[in-house]
Amino acid sequence: MVAATDPQAGPVSDPMSKPENRVWKKLRHHRSAMLGGFLVLFFIAIAILAPILPIPEPQATDWGAVREAPSMAHLFGTDEIGRDVLSRMIWGAQASLLAGVVSVGIAVLIGVPFGLVAGYFGGWIDAVISRFTEALLAVPFLILAIALAAFLGPSLTNAMIAIGISATPIFIRLTRGQVISVKVEDYVDSARAIGLPTRMILSRYILPNVAAPILVQATLTIATAIIAEASLSFLGLGQQPPAPSWGSMLNTAKNFLNQAPWMALWPGISIFLVVLGFNLLGDGLRDALDPREH
Amino acid sequence: MKHLTLTTALVAAMALPAAAQDLRIALQSDADVLDPDQSRTFVGRIVYASLCDKLVDITPDLQIIPQLATEWTVAEDGMSIDMTVREGVVFHDGTTFDAAAVAANIERSQTLDESRRKSELSSIASVDVTGDYTLTLNLIAPDATVMAQLADRAGMMMSPTAAEAAGVDFGLNPVCSGPFSFGERVAQDKIVLNRFADYWNADAINFDSVTFLPIPDTTVRLANLQSGDIDMLERLAPTDLAQANADDSITVVSAVSLGYQGITFNVGNGEKSETPWGQDKRLRQAFSYAMDRDAINQVVFEGAYAPGNQPYPNVSPWYDDEFPIEARDVEKAKALLAEAGYPDGIDLTVQVPNTTIPLQLMQVVQSMAAEAGIRIEIVSKEFATLLADQSAGDYQASQIGWSGRVDPDGNIHQFVTTNGGINDSGFSNPDVDAALNAARKVPDTDARKVEYDKARAILIDEAPLVYLYHQSWITAFDSRIEGFTAYPDGMIRLEGVTLSE
Amino acid sequence: MLSFFLRRLLIAIPTIFLISIFVFGLQKLLPGDPLLVLAGEERDPAVLEFLREKYRLNDPIPVQYMTWAGNALRGDLGISLRTNQPVTELIAQKLPVTLQLAMMSLIFAVVIGVPAGILSAYRKGTMVDWVANVVALSGLSIPNFWLGIMLILLVSVKWQLLPASGYVPPGEDLWLSIKTMLMPAFVLGTALAATLMRHTRSAMLGVLTSDYVRTARAKGLSERKVVLKHAFRNALTPIVTMTALLFGELVAGAVLTEQIFTIPGFGKLVVDAVFNRDYAVVQGIVLVTAVGFIVMNLLADMAYVLLNPRLREA
Repeated sequence: MVAATDPQAGPVSDPMSKPENRVWKKLRHHRSAMLGGFLVLFFIAIAILAPILPIPEPQATDWGAVREAPSMAHLFGTDEIGRDVLSRMIWGAQASLLAGVVSVGIAVLIGVPFGLVAGYFGGWIDAVISRFTEALLAVPFLILAIALAAFLGPSLTNAMIAIGISATPIFIRLTRGQVISVKVEDYVDSARAIGLPTRMILSRYILPNVAAPILVQATLTIATAIIAEASLSFLGLGQQPPAPSWGSMLNTAKNFLNQAPWMALWPGISIFLVVLGFNLLGDGLRDALDPREH
Repeated sequence: MKHLTLTTALVAAMALPAAAQDLRIALQSDADVLDPDQSRTFVGRIVYASLCDKLVDITPDLQIIPQLATEWTVAEDGMSIDMTVREGVVFHDGTTFDAAAVAANIERSQTLDESRRKSELSSIASVDVTGDYTLTLNLIAPDATVMAQLADRAGMMMSPTAAEAAGVDFGLNPVCSGPFSFGERVAQDKIVLNRFADYWNADAINFDSVTFLPIPDTTVRLANLQSGDIDMLERLAPTDLAQANADDSITVVSAVSLGYQGITFNVGNGEKSETPWGQDKRLRQAFSYAMDRDAINQVVFEGAYAPGNQPYPNVSPWYDDEFPIEARDVEKAKALLAEAGYPDGIDLTVQVPNTTIPLQLMQVVQSMAAEAGIRIEIVSKEFATLLADQSAGDYQASQIGWSGRVDPDGNIHQFVTTNGGINDSGFSNPDVDAALNAARKVPDTDARKVEYDKARAILIDEAPLVYLYHQSWITAFDSRIEGFTAYPDGMIRLEGVTLSE
Repeated sequence: MLSFFLRRLLIAIPTIFLISIFVFGLQKLLPGDPLLVLAGEERDPAVLEFLREKYRLNDPIPVQYMTWAGNALRGDLGISLRTNQPVTELIAQKLPVTLQLAMMSLIFAVVIGVPAGILSAYRKGTMVDWVANVVALSGLSIPNFWLGIMLILLVSVKWQLLPASGYVPPGEDLWLSIKTMLMPAFVLGTALAATLMRHTRSAMLGVLTSDYVRTARAKGLSERKVVLKHAFRNALTPIVTMTALLFGELVAGAVLTEQIFTIPGFGKLVVDAVFNRDYAVVQGIVLVTAVGFIVMNLLADMAYVLLNPRLREA
């Protein structure tokens, strides 16, 4: 899995001003960000609305309609045991979005504190955390996730944990780097001079200034995480049947490529669109949050 | 594009001189270690079919016929077997095959620490070499299954010289006496065997080499066959049958396997057996009634497999006709549930390997069971985990099958006898033990069948294992290949097989 | 400068040590008993016990680790539980396969990514730039296993143009080897092309606004010459370093691609080994990959410093 490029955004220079309006303004005029945002919102909407949409139950089987090509009755066709592919795709959005958001949440919650501590204190704490980070980063992301998912046992929850842990070093390294560049700023020095406790300095002065690149990275990592979840499900280590997920739909579909290509088509396109959405949005956010480009 | 095709043709023409004929066979997975004593995979056995001759072979209808052993007679008391072996056979390294080689092979199978064949040959007490080509197998007790064991890996003959020299590493460079000798192996890529010029039956072999290629994906296997990149593939997916049949350049043959697939219930293996499912046979019977075995076969396997309710398919001579496959009866299932005290239905957790076919099967089973009020929760596990949990009794019900053995004993004895080697169900019944032990000892087929039927009556009622279907070995190949026969053991035998250019 | 490299090397040692513990620990945590699979369908208890002893699975875990790490230091990564082949031999067999795949993907990536990046930077802010960006992001967003199976369906199954799977060593039949690897390399190369395009773009943007490009333009050189000769040459350093780093990611990205196209390389080996609980193989491969990754990083750093005289003095 090739990760998106590192965000290059610098720190927000003045922590006391309200940059939200400016950022929103820039974002609104960012064509690709808007396209990305729309894609993301669309999938969030269908995921939330899945229970009330006029579609068959995602697990309702029909022996009489096994692997039927798309028709008026089943717009996207049916799968290997006669379930409606459209319905499974819509319900599958839940698994994918959940996997993306939760696993990145895990990575941020673990990674950012470690990065803060490593960057701010330096010294041996930094050395230890950095070696750990490098060691984790040296093991290819997907191999790490596969091994972890196999260890935890195949399920959606475990796949999210595995992906979250695998993505953690990205956030440790990013936060650490940002903190190192921010901690030498004057306002941090003066905060330290007036004797503010370290906890306060970290939460009031450092964190807000490193938040922007973390947000950008998080958005981009959601994209990577969704693909990772699909990959794990594809290998049988993610969401388990009969619960729908795009990755496991593809896993099944590859056995019916010839007889039922639609089974592979729609889940693939869904993954592509939602991942593209997050990537476009992340890119736009980076541009909008970058104070150097006005 | 035209240019491209031309170049390909040129290269192909240069690479393949017309004389040397290579047969390329796609396997579903990579073989494990190529030592018949240590081997454990099905695909490994397919490779052996070309690499290592056995003492005896089977016919498609499971009769035992000579291969390296030409004659054998079981003593009156059943305590020994006299055997004559073929003369003029040499191993790939030039070592002569004789009675002493047989004795050395059996000794290795029984004593090599890594040997997986020990239980298969456990009834052989000793081997007396009585002449250059005659020997006697002395048995611990009468055992009707010995010859069938010798028709598989336990009966494969390795060069004693090579086995002695290589020891446990024999599998890296196996030396047997089959029609082809070991060429090279690249793990997960290919196993190449070359024609053995001094093969005793060399006239029946028409290929200069055989290449086995592991290609796990069924669609890809078929695509390779259609494009001509391979000549033959094993285990065509039933869902690909229509496509293969529609292609004139492809021939498909199939044979119902010796094995079975079904659900194993935990009825006495640790704490997890102390549930209604483990303690009340009526629930297990209800489950069986809730199954529409024909529909399973149609929906999941396009009707290409065989529905089943016993450890052997109904084409087997060992099948008990007193208990035919009953039609689905949801009302009866519901009644049984109500009788057992669950008129509103009951939950059941079934563990299943996390691969496509078992999952698809379980989802079908799940929805069938639901109609009878059995709410199945599917817990999918990786195979290694599933096996460990099943062996430890950490399961309520488990979807697992058995690849099958030539002798019926191999499909039943170790699963349901008290303390049987793989009795993961924890089933124990003195009458079943007595019948199945007796069936091992009587040499007469009809008398054995009586014993198996006795056990069958109890097992159908108790239902520790609910059988669902029997896989078919579907082999597809280039239509220019002639002389190939499908066997119930799924092996690819190349004697008499030709590929016309 | 020497001390800089020396320090980097010294730092790599504890990292590799951590990786070894990590890799080892992970394997020990995997559920399921590998021996149950290995013992064959019959699972003879005597065989199980013998294998447990043989693979020293009855030793305390720290002792197991010491044995393994000690052997690994001497270049012995153990033998595969499944095929009895030495892990080092397996690695030696698989590495060239994955390297070939990685090289071919890289070629795809460079051929597509670099020109697109140059064009996009040159036409910054125009529709061309926007389209190139969206296309690049699309390349990053396509799940490559899906792209793989769709290509197999179309190119191999429907049109029968290229082999659907497998591997042919280039020494055996060069053309067939390339043909077989075309689709997998394309699949793996798309995501990489996107990354490379974006890096090329940002490197070019930096250079295009610099003084010497302006000087070159002022001298009346053709646009073509200015962009390709002056600007691109100067943007080359970061692009080359980036490419070296991407090579490491390629090896990782090969995991699923090899699975889809049944290519007997590193990635397929490790995934199959995880599923088969082939401990020695998983440990060996992850260790070698991780160490390789660290070495690539070191080399990229060195190259960067060596190619940049300004950094050399610092």
